[in-house]
Parts: sequence; structure tokens; C-alpha cells
Amino acid sequence: MKGQDNEMGTNRRVAVLATLAVLILVGCGGPGPAGANSGTSGGIHNPSDGRGGTLRYANSGDWDSLDPADTYYAYSWNFARLYGRSLVMFKSAPGAQGATLVPDLAESLGRSSNDAKTWTYTLRPGVRFEDGTPVTSRDVKYAVERSLDKATFPNGPTYFNDVLDLHGYTSPYADPDPDKLGLRAIETPDDRTIVFHLRKAFSGFDYLAQTPATMPVPRAKDTGSKYKEHVVSTGPYLFQTNELAKRFTMVRNPQWDAATDPNRRPLPDGITVDLNVNADDVDNRLLSGDLDVSIEGSGVGPSAQGRVLGYQARRANTDSASVARLWFTALNSDVAPLNNVHCRKAVLYATDRAGYQRAYGGPTGGEIATNMLPPVIPGAQRFDLYPSPKHLGDIAKAKDELVQCGAPGGFATSISYRAERPKEKATAEALQQSLARAGINLEIKPYPLADYLRLYAGKPDFAKANNLGLIVYGWGADWPDGYGFLSQIVDSRVIRPTGGNSNLGIRDPAIDQMLDQALVTTDAVARQQIWVNIDRKVMEDAFALPGVWAKGLLYRPPNLTNVFISDGFQMYDYLALGTTRR
Amino acid sequence: MSPLLEVRDLRVHFPTEDGVVKAVDGLSLQLERGRRLGIVGESGSGKSAAALAIMGLHQPGTARISGEIWLDSTESGRADLVRAGAEQVRKLRGRTMAMIFQDPLSALHPYYTVGHQIVEAYRLHHDVSKQRAYRHAVELLDRVGIPQSGSRVDDYPHQFSGGMRQRVMIAMMLSCNPDLLIADEPTTALDVTVQAQILDLIRDLPAAVLVISHDLGVVAELADDILVMYAGRAVEYGPASDVFAAPQHPYTWGLLGSMPRWDRTRSQRLAPIPGTPPSLINIPPGCPFHPRCRYAELTGGQATSVRPELRPAGSPEHLVACHLPNPRRAQILADEIRPTL
Amino acid sequence: MGIYIVRRMIAAVWLLLIVTAATFVVFFLVPRLAGATPDDLASRYAGRTASPEVIHQIAIKLGFTDPIWVQYGRFVKGLVLGADYSTGPTTVHCPAPCLGYSFLTQNPVLPDLLDRLPVTMSLAAGGALIWLLAGVSTGVISALHRGSVFDRAAMGVALAGVSLPIFFTGLLALSVFSYWLGITAPGGSYTPINENPLHWAYDLLLPWITLAFLYAAGYARLTRAGMLDTMGEDFIRTARAKGLPERTVVLRHGLRAALTPILTIFGIDLGLLLGGAILTESTYSLPGIGKYSVDAVVNNDLPKVLGVVLVGSMFIIVANLVVDLLYAVVDPRVRYQ
Repeated sequence: MKGQDNEMGTNRRVAVLATLAVLILVGCGGPGPAGANSGTSGGIHNPSDGRGGTLRYANSGDWDSLDPADTYYAYSWNFARLYGRSLVMFKSAPGAQGATLVPDLAESLGRSSNDAKTWTYTLRPGVRFEDGTPVTSRDVKYAVERSLDKATFPNGPTYFNDVLDLHGYTSPYADPDPDKLGLRAIETPDDRTIVFHLRKAFSGFDYLAQTPATMPVPRAKDTGSKYKEHVVSTGPYLFQTNELAKRFTMVRNPQWDAATDPNRRPLPDGITVDLNVNADDVDNRLLSGDLDVSIEGSGVGPSAQGRVLGYQARRANTDSASVARLWFTALNSDVAPLNNVHCRKAVLYATDRAGYQRAYGGPTGGEIATNMLPPVIPGAQRFDLYPSPKHLGDIAKAKDELVQCGAPGGFATSISYRAERPKEKATAEALQQSLARAGINLEIKPYPLADYLRLYAGKPDFAKANNLGLIVYGWGADWPDGYGFLSQIVDSRVIRPTGGNSNLGIRDPAIDQMLDQALVTTDAVARQQIWVNIDRKVMEDAFALPGVWAKGLLYRPPNLTNVFISDGFQMYDYLALGTTRR
Repeated sequence: MSPLLEVRDLRVHFPTEDGVVKAVDGLSLQLERGRRLGIVGESGSGKSAAALAIMGLHQPGTARISGEIWLDSTESGRADLVRAGAEQVRKLRGRTMAMIFQDPLSALHPYYTVGHQIVEAYRLHHDVSKQRAYRHAVELLDRVGIPQSGSRVDDYPHQFSGGMRQRVMIAMMLSCNPDLLIADEPTTALDVTVQAQILDLIRDLPAAVLVISHDLGVVAELADDILVMYAGRAVEYGPASDVFAAPQHPYTWGLLGSMPRWDRTRSQRLAPIPGTPPSLINIPPGCPFHPRCRYAELTGGQATSVRPELRPAGSPEHLVACHLPNPRRAQILADEIRPTL
Repeated sequence: MGIYIVRRMIAAVWLLLIVTAATFVVFFLVPRLAGATPDDLASRYAGRTASPEVIHQIAIKLGFTDPIWVQYGRFVKGLVLGADYSTGPTTVHCPAPCLGYSFLTQNPVLPDLLDRLPVTMSLAAGGALIWLLAGVSTGVISALHRGSVFDRAAMGVALAGVSLPIFFTGLLALSVFSYWLGITAPGGSYTPINENPLHWAYDLLLPWITLAFLYAAGYARLTRAGMLDTMGEDFIRTARAKGLPERTVVLRHGLRAALTPILTIFGIDLGLLLGGAILTESTYSLPGIGKYSVDAVVNNDLPKVLGVVLVGSMFIIVANLVVDLLYAVVDPRVRYQ
């Protein structure tokens, strides 16, 4: 998801408040947050049933859209559950439990048939829109239909476009059907039943059913790209005011009935969200008590980290959230001599992973990754096929691999990174240094972030022509699941010659085959094992150099109640939060 | 009745890094009401410094002023401006004493209409309405000979010719009917043709005038009395008729000799004074003029050791500061100087 | 005078056309030189997993498949005649001058800009007033007491003001005055002036001072030098000879003349203020044009960029025109030439 990818905002503030932090910091204790270690084992801070008060959120950027069809940020999906009910949802629970799916608008998780190509849901009775109109399966179908129209809703994910058996259907706005329900891939045999027909098997369809795209939209109120100005609520809160790009406020939705909803216990009476707030100011306000939640969930900025970790009282109010995001460097098997597995292994052995971690801010920024799947993803396993003492690299082994590769003296290649990202620059420089120890010489080539994938590193002929053997990159899962994390970066069939690829050179038919197998495996545990196998295969063949499993340092003001990190979103669960401030 | 202006032993010294510049070093003079005194001398002789000291226009802190400057104001009586407070002197400026300057273009504010500048001065000292003050300004402009004064009152200085500007300047300074007008090189920056007009204008003023010029011709046109300055002191002081008829000081001879005159041949025309004016930091001992004086040897060494004081020569009102014995000087004047004048 | 203004306006229209055309060229032609196709450009505005078909759909919707000059023509046409846009189920008319819709958020650009303009104007006006008053008065006092303790201290502070970046002074000020002492409004505070002028001023006080600090420093130095020159002029001596009190001499005669060159610089600064406003608005999270422009550029959001370019150019054009006209008012010598 685009969610955690907000370094653009943090670059500027690094230099600034680093200085400021020095000015303000008097004494400094040892670093390291004291709250829950990670989402996987998190408990609940300040558990409370106390209702009332207003929760104040702030966003350092703008929302992509509040429209459930048009949003693709993790925090937005987390937050959307306050005003919309999708068919299923991530459970509002701490740690690993938060990464499990539970039925929301539906009575149960999806029932698959036809080898995971047909998925059926039955809606709970009694759910209403904020105007009192009952929600029917047609409202859900209409919501999914409109989410297919990417010309109108460009921001949202395209999973339904990819998996539904569309038969050329593009948009309800171009639908000749008078009810605009002409999509044959979704059937609504009655008010409470909805059936999805897929073009190929997809065992993890429930993950798609938890995206906001399945939150019902009443056709009569649909204003297309202007719908975001007033989204019609089915959740416990409805929009009271909405000033685009500035702020919006929410109040309790009187039509929301707790009896129809086992998942939500809404505590605050109101919610305010300020948009486009200076990132450093968000941190300042959070620390001063003028703000309750930094909504992006990407954690305290580097400048404020000193002020947070430096004070014992504040440190106790921090949580380190493990994120389903991996900072890694792809080893492009298109570029000689990296087409030889031994040369790739030489790179992995020669790498100083501690240096990689330093580039991302040390232990606060994340932990050293030894394989692909972030530990926060259910079923993920840690393993290290290229061990070295203190992760500093094993030069002897690297040289050994170089000999097997037929390049005993080493070789030269290029490394690319996104120019606007100082951390990736630091990574490239760290790799240049550590690989030189084995005689692997890197030429560093920065490219503009906006077109990194479309025109440069993600375009196979460009990457090959420019000898980009190493490509610095990062990837986060759309949801904590092997498919959500792996499909776009290891499947060779998603590589398009025209560019725009996020698979930067992993081509292995065996991996492709395992992916297909996972998609028809409906048993979650068996499926998780396949993801681990793919992970292992990627590492065995040395297709990628894992760097850092990202972490975010979250701060919770003392007045915040019922605070926990859910592995589902790897940030505080916004559905559960309350406040003691009245 | 005491004179309008009486200056006694005025000294204006400027301390600098190189030493003390003695711009005025013991100047005394008197000016009666309604009379005109001309001060002549080369540039650097201290005439402007003296005038500015009288006006109190030296920047505090830069100049050290001593001596006495007695001004007998109709309004506020007799006061020593050296010892008076800055505020008291300011109130006399414009009202009792006024000054016009060499370059009327730079002396007038470029951004205000001439009417505004006149009115500003007038209203400062008179509690009248703006309209009345403007009417007064128009009258003044009329009086100093500016045609269509009614419309020109709203013009800016750059819209006037040089002579007209000086008339404006004079009008502005006359606005309050000062007892004393100091005119510092009032015609130097003007065309020859308008010089006479301005001098006529000044001559017709009711105020006492202290006119300062390096040009003896200008002074001759205006002054009742003449004071010749050299190196910060008076070297000759007396009624204009006497000074011109029988100049006594060799320096005055030099000034008169260097005056251009139409009736002289080209070769006769200019007889410049040899040498250059002395440094005001190191004024020569004895008579400050002796290094440039052709007759210095005739003083028996006094010229290089004793500073000459003003004493009568010719008539009792005609004073000269020179070591030459009077008879000897009369002889030189008769034999050498008069034929060339 | 009227003809002069009309002539300047016509020139301004040409300038705006050139500036926006240049923006178009930079936006479309530069990536194209690097080999980007219309679909490549469109992919910036598509979700991460968008398929080539979806991206192509977006490219068509955004008009990228047309030649650049057609797109530019459409932009100009929208400005002059307005344009129609599809929201999906309906079509909305965007009346002239239509700046189009954001590629990314699909919000109409003009209302957003108009919404934000008062914020930037408030910031600019208050900041400019403070920096003029503070800078000029400091400069005058420094000039009159040249070499004094005040002079040396003021010039020292001025040097700091010129050298310290806004985000540093701004964040420091926020930390100290808003969060520590609690005497000024926290970041992100803004109240429209027509709602509550007192609140408006209170919220903007710190941003004003921060912005003014940067400029006041320069103006203090400029004024000081100008005053030192002017106070040596003949007309100052004349003013004193008239018997004017020293205060009048300094303020009405000296400062009046010294202000003229400052006015020129002030006009240029005011026009270019957007630059300072960007940093100040970002630092204080003020919802103004400055922050909007940063977002526009970072997100490659062409309609927003064009809107900001237009507003920014208009700022400069208007400021220059006003200064030229003011110059004639201030300096009569210019008026009659």
C-alpha cells in the first residue's frame, strides 16, 4: 500500500529538527521504546470502556480520498471502518489477532465453491445507511462496480478489476442497465446474498472482501468523483463537516445499531481530522497534548524521536510497530554476471547488513532482514541462508562464490536508487563500500522517484542497457498476507516489457508455479507454508538482498485509551481508540 | 542698541584621525540690522564653516565650537548661540535667521512641491491654516519674481530652472521674515545672466544679510562691509568702499588681482595668488599667509613668528591683520597694486 | 495613465500564456525526451497495482493521448470559456476561468486556490507590514545612532535574520512560544479574518514574525545604508535650516527619500513572496498557496501546478505594476518624464 511510503514528507524535516532536537534535548537515556515490542505480541494500553470526548487526528498529507472506491492507504483502510462496513474486516484486536479476518457486513467469511472461483456472502439483517435506508446486497454490488471505474477513481487498488470475470464491463456509469447493475460477475439473488464469480481461482478472496471497495454505496447518493465530499455512512460515525484538503469532523451515526455489529465498540462521541499539517508540527502537537493520533501511523519523525526517547516518561508511551514492509535491493538476473546464481550469492555474502540497517536509522527504523517475508505477516518464518557474525558479511564465502561464478577477481555493475530518498542513497553507498571488500565494484546511479519504475529501474530494457545489476527498492504489503506481499515482486509474469514493474528481475518458473498453487489452496495454514517456501526459494536463488524489516515508532498521548497495535494495519487500531479528555 | 549679530573669537574645530582641523580659528565680526556683510575667501578658508556654526547646523559630535555668537532676536532677545541649547537654536532657525545655499537643486527636497516646502517652514513658526499658508507661499513666490506663482506653487523643484529654484529657496527662507539671512555662495551654481537678478533680489531684502562668496564681484554688488577670511581668520575687515578703494592685505590684493575684468587684456587678466591654501591641520606659524606672501621678507621676520592681529589701517573702521607697517603698505598699494586694479 | 495600465495588462496576459506554456513543456516534453509515453505519465495517477488497460483509461481521461498543443489549447480554452468534466455518473460544468481538476484528488483547482489565497494574502500582508515597520525603523535608528550599541546589536540580529532559514526559526519559535510557553497559537491554526479578526491576528502572529524576521533583517540593512546616504544630502541641511524639529527632518525628509529604493525592492519581494510563504506555510501548516504548491509539485499534479504558476505570476505582475505606479506617486521626477 502507498501508506507507509511517506518519506517525501520526512526528508525535509530530518535536517531541521535534528538541530532542534539537540537544542531541546538536555539529557538522553538509552534508546529503545518501552511499550509493546511489536504488533505480534502487543497488549492493550489503557483499556477502557469510557465513552465520550472527541478524538483528534492529524494527517501530514492529504487523504487520497475518503471514497471507499478510491483509497489505497493503510491508515485510510484502518480508519474507513469507522464510517463504512465492508463484507469482512480485520479484527479489531491487538497483535496477531488483528491480522485475522472476521465477518462484518456479512454473517460469515466468504464461502468458496468452484475451486475458489466463486465466493458467496450473506449480509447481516438490519444494517442501515445513515439516512435509515436498509443496506442490500445490491448496494454492495454497486459499490464494487463503481470501484472498477479507474478513470473516475484512479487511486484505489485494482484487485477486483483483475480477479472478477468482467466480460468487458468497465463502469456502472457506462452501464446500459437501468439499475446500473449490469456486471455479470456479481450476482445478487436476493437482498442479503451476494455472489462473486472470478476468472481464476483466488483463495485469499476474503482479503479483497475486506477492502473498502465492498462498503455499500447507495446509488441514489452516488456523485462519482464528488462522492468523497459526503460518503454515506454505514459505520458508527457519519461525516458532519468535510472541508476537502483541510479538515473533517465526524459524529455518532444514530442509524448504526450495535446489535448488528459484534466488531465495533465506538468510544468517542466525535472525531476531528486535520489534513495537510506540517509533519514536524504533528509530532510537536502529539507531544504537547494538542493532538491524539498521527493518523498515517508511520510513526514519530526522526527529529522528534530524540525528544520522545530521551525522556523516560515519554518513552513509556511509545510502541514500536513492526510493519509489513521490507527495504530490499533486487539483484537483476537480466544483467551479467548476475545471471549467474553464484555471483548473486557473492553479493549476499559480501553485504554488511548492519550498514544497511544504519542507512534506515538503526534499530528504531527496523530490524535486519535476513529473508523476504516481514515477520508480522502471519505464518512468516525467519531464516538466514547467508549468515555472518554480527551481520557484517562473510568475505571469504563471497570470494568463494565469485570463483564458482567464474569471476574470481570480482566484477563491476551498477546500483540504482530513487534520487529523492536519502536513505536509499545511504544504502547504495553502504553497499558500494561493503561489496568492494570482495572486489565487486558498484557504480551508483540515482533516478527520479516519480518515474523510477515506469522509465528506469522498472523497465527491463533500460535496466539491462544501463547495467543496473542492483536495484534499491522497498515493498509493503497491501494486507498482512503472503499474497499481498509477494505477488507483485516475485511473479515473473507480472513483468511487462513496457516498464512500470515492481518485480525488478526475479524470473523463476518454479516460483510462479508455487504462486498459482497458493491461489487454489483454501487452507490458510497450508497456504502460509507455500509463502514461506517461495520466500526460501527467492533466498536460495539469491534473487534479492533483503535489507530491513521496517518499524515505526508510535507515540500515544496519555489521554488515549484502548490503545493497541493491530498486525492487520501495523499501527494503532482506530476502531478501538477512546480518550479520557472530555 | 546692540548689533543683530556679534561673533567673538569663534572657533570651529573638527577632530579627525589626522589631527584637529581648525576650520574657523578665532573669528570675530558684527552685523547691524539692515546691513549686509560679505565674507570672501578661497574655498577652505572657513567661511562656510563659520556660517553653519552661526546657524547651528554642524552635526553635534563632529564639530567643537567655542567662542560666542550673540544674536539679538526681535522675538526672544539676545542670546549666545554657542551656549544655547540645540532646541533654542532650532527655534531661531527659519524664524530669526535663515540660510540659502549654493546649489538650489540639491538643497530642495526632490519629492515635495515647492509650495509644500515653503508652507512647511511657514507653518512651523506660524499657527495658520494650510490654505492661508499656501496663499502666503504664492505671495512669496510672486515677490521673488516667479511668474504664474499661483500654479507653480504646486510644481516640484526639478520643474524649475536654476535661477527660479534659487528664487524658490529665497522665498522659502523669507517666509518668516527673518532678521538675518545667510547666503552661502547664492549665485555660484547659476548662469551668469541670472546671477545679477538673484543679487538684485537679495539686495532688496529687508533682512540683514551675511553673504559668503569666493567671488569678490558678488560681494561687491551686495555688501556694505567686507570681511576677508584666510585660514579660519579675518585678515581684512572694513566698509566695502574702503576695502575696494584701498585694499590693505596682500591676500586681498591677490583676490582683487585674480578677478576677471572685461577691460583687461588677456595677458593681464588673471594674476593668481601663488601657492595653495594652507592645511587647516597645520596652519603655518606667524602669519598664516606668509608662505604665499610676496612681501613677507619686508616684516623683519615677524611674518613667520608672530600671528598678526586686526588693527586699523587707513580709516578707523578698516582693519587689517598684517605685519607690514602701514606706510610701507600704502606705498606698495600705490606703486604696485593700484595700477593693476 | 489608463492606457499605460491597459498596455501593461496586455503584456501580462502574454506573459501568463508564455509561463503556462513553459510549464506544459516542462511537464510533458521533458519526460517525453526521457522516453515516457502518455501511459507512463498517467501511471503516476493510478493506483499501485493498476494494469496497463486501467492506466491507458486514465491517460485518455486526463487527455494525455492528445498532442501537447491540443492539451494546452484545451487548458487555455478552459480558462477563457470554461470546461465540462465528468464525475462519473454526471457531468459538471467548470465555469471560466476554469483551471481544471487535480489529477490526483480530482478536486477543482480554482476553488481550492481561491480558498487558500486569503491565507497566503493574510500571511504576506501581515508579514510585509511587520517587516517593513520593523526593518525600516531599525534601519533608521541604526543610521541615526551609527556605531552605537543598538546599531551593532541590530545589525548582528539582522545578519542572523538573513542567514537563518525559515523552517529553523519557525520551528524553534513554535516549540518555544506555542508549545513551551503557550502564548501563541499552535501550528496549523488559521481563522479567516471575517470570522474573527482578533483570532486571525493571534493565529498568524508567529508566522508573520517568522516571515518578517527573514525580510526585516535585509530591510534594516538597506534602510540604514539609505539613511546614511540621505542624511548627508543638501536638502536635509535645508530642512534643518528651516528650523524643522529633528524628528521631522529624519522622518519626513530623510526617510521619505531613503524609502524610494526600498519601495522597489519591496515590490520585487512582495511578488516573489510565494517562495517565503511556501516555507512559512509548510512550517506552520497553514492552508495557503505555498503549501498547496509544494504538494502540487511533489505529486506532479499538473493542473495544480499550473494554477499555482498562474497565481504566482499574477502576484509578481501585480506587485510590479503596483510598484511602478507607486513609484510615480512617490517620486515626482518619474511622474513627469
